[in-house]
Amino acid sequence: MNAASMLRVEGLRKRYGGVEVVRGVHFNVTAGECFGLLGPNGAGKTTTLKCCLGLTQPDAGQIELAGFPVPRQAREARYRVGVVPQFDDLDPDFTAAENLVVYGRYFGMRAAAVRARIPALLDFAGLADKADAKIDSLSGGMKRRLTLARSLVNDPQILFLDEPTTGLDPQARHLIWDRLKTLLVSGKTIILTTHFMDEAERLAGRIAIMDRGELIAVDSPRALIEGSIEPEVVEVYGDGVEAWTLADGRRLADRVEVSGETTFCYCADATPVLESLRERPKLRALRRAANLEDVFIKLTGRDIRD
Amino acid sequence: MNLRFLHLVRRNFLVWRKLMLSSLLGNLADPLVYLVGLGFGLGAFMPRMGGVSYIAFLAGGMICYSTMNSASFEALYSAFARLKIQRTWESILNAPMTIQDVVLGEWIWAGLKSALSGTAILVVMYCLGLVHGWRPLGVLPVVLLVGLAFAGLALVATALARSYDFFTYYFTLLVTPMMFVSGVFFPVGSLPAPVRALAAVLPLSHAVTLARALTLDTPLEGVAVHVAVLILYGVTGVSMAAVLIRRRLMR
Repeated sequence: MNAASMLRVEGLRKRYGGVEVVRGVHFNVTAGECFGLLGPNGAGKTTTLKCCLGLTQPDAGQIELAGFPVPRQAREARYRVGVVPQFDDLDPDFTAAENLVVYGRYFGMRAAAVRARIPALLDFAGLADKADAKIDSLSGGMKRRLTLARSLVNDPQILFLDEPTTGLDPQARHLIWDRLKTLLVSGKTIILTTHFMDEAERLAGRIAIMDRGELIAVDSPRALIEGSIEPEVVEVYGDGVEAWTLADGRRLADRVEVSGETTFCYCADATPVLESLRERPKLRALRRAANLEDVFIKLTGRDIRD
Repeated sequence: MNLRFLHLVRRNFLVWRKLMLSSLLGNLADPLVYLVGLGFGLGAFMPRMGGVSYIAFLAGGMICYSTMNSASFEALYSAFARLKIQRTWESILNAPMTIQDVVLGEWIWAGLKSALSGTAILVVMYCLGLVHGWRPLGVLPVVLLVGLAFAGLALVATALARSYDFFTYYFTLLVTPMMFVSGVFFPVGSLPAPVRALAAVLPLSHAVTLARALTLDTPLEGVAVHVAVLILYGVTGVSMAAVLIRRRLMR
């Protein structure tokens, strides 16, 4: 199995002023894959995407997008690419349908060719009845979906999505995820940045965790969870949690992390921890399976990044 | 030369078309108020200027003033909205378009739009009987050059601006003083020599000289120099703007 490479990044480096924000990044995305780029704020995700699209000049490294060297032939590559940016940039002076027509022109498409695609694009985005709606009248979720529809106007092979569901309510997020899954089934390649672990876990076949400009882990979500963390987590909090952690928690769990008022017990088997907690009615406990967020926190730490 | 910049010209045209009437009326109202207010009001107290009424003298200056204002507003406020507030340029750059396409498109658009408002003033002047015959039609290429010159300068300011406040300085420190020393309202000859020397290197004085000779049907001298100065301002401005905007967006 040797699927075609859609995006190949080697030794990518980018410096702003005195700070190197991307420090030697390598990855390869094959056709039909959904690749998730995860990292705390300021990890270098958006800069990496900008480099891949040829929208900023890297200091070092090679990039090949849809078979074209970037930034040298970035413009040619972008004919095959759709982008959903982090911030809404729909044209507020146009209706939903006009946004698609005008954007199609930037790809050299004739208005008639775009108009023929509009009903299907709006329908896909759940906006079939919004063709003539003003952008201002659309909700946040609708705007995101229209941006997604706009990114498909040129029928791209590759989609770049920069935090596509940030700021949306759960219903709106689920609708976006559902649409993205449909696109994956239809064979599109998706490159996604997010800081929502559930989003990455649901959509991405492979995830790269990025921190301080470097990729610190690249694997499938399942393999990342199985390979880097204990399968069960008990979160303990309440009166006397410190004493319990010292007396029992550290002894019974395989690994313990204390963050503020909460003790996180990571275990292969949570039973001994839960039994010990049964004798401490003042403590509250939440038992759950380990998830990608635990991996992420283990690898990138609990410090707030601003 | 590729024509991708036309996509941006067309985008701006489509937006303008939606608000065409109010936009044109807005473009006309300000210069007409000046023309009528100053021309008939102040003009009543004025001697005849080189053998013509004050309002006829004012007409050529008003065409240039109006074109300059229109180009400046478009390439400052409207372009800045597309650069920063609406992120329109960023969205376009995600498509197979380049910074040059965007900047060139904005420049040409602002030039065309302001030339149209200059043309509208000329039409009104024909209607008011302030200009006669074919020769004033020579103003049409002049207003396009004036529009491109001031659009180029304004795009430099837009590339450097952090907020709309910056444009207030652009108008109060650059545009308004230029208006007073460039012969829009009174002949430059009445100004002190150092001010005349300054005016001679400003684009507006060259524009007014051309437009006034054409509207008053007086002899036209040094056309090549006047045209060259306007082109120089426009091309230098838009080239600098392209460099600055690349630095700003492609970082």
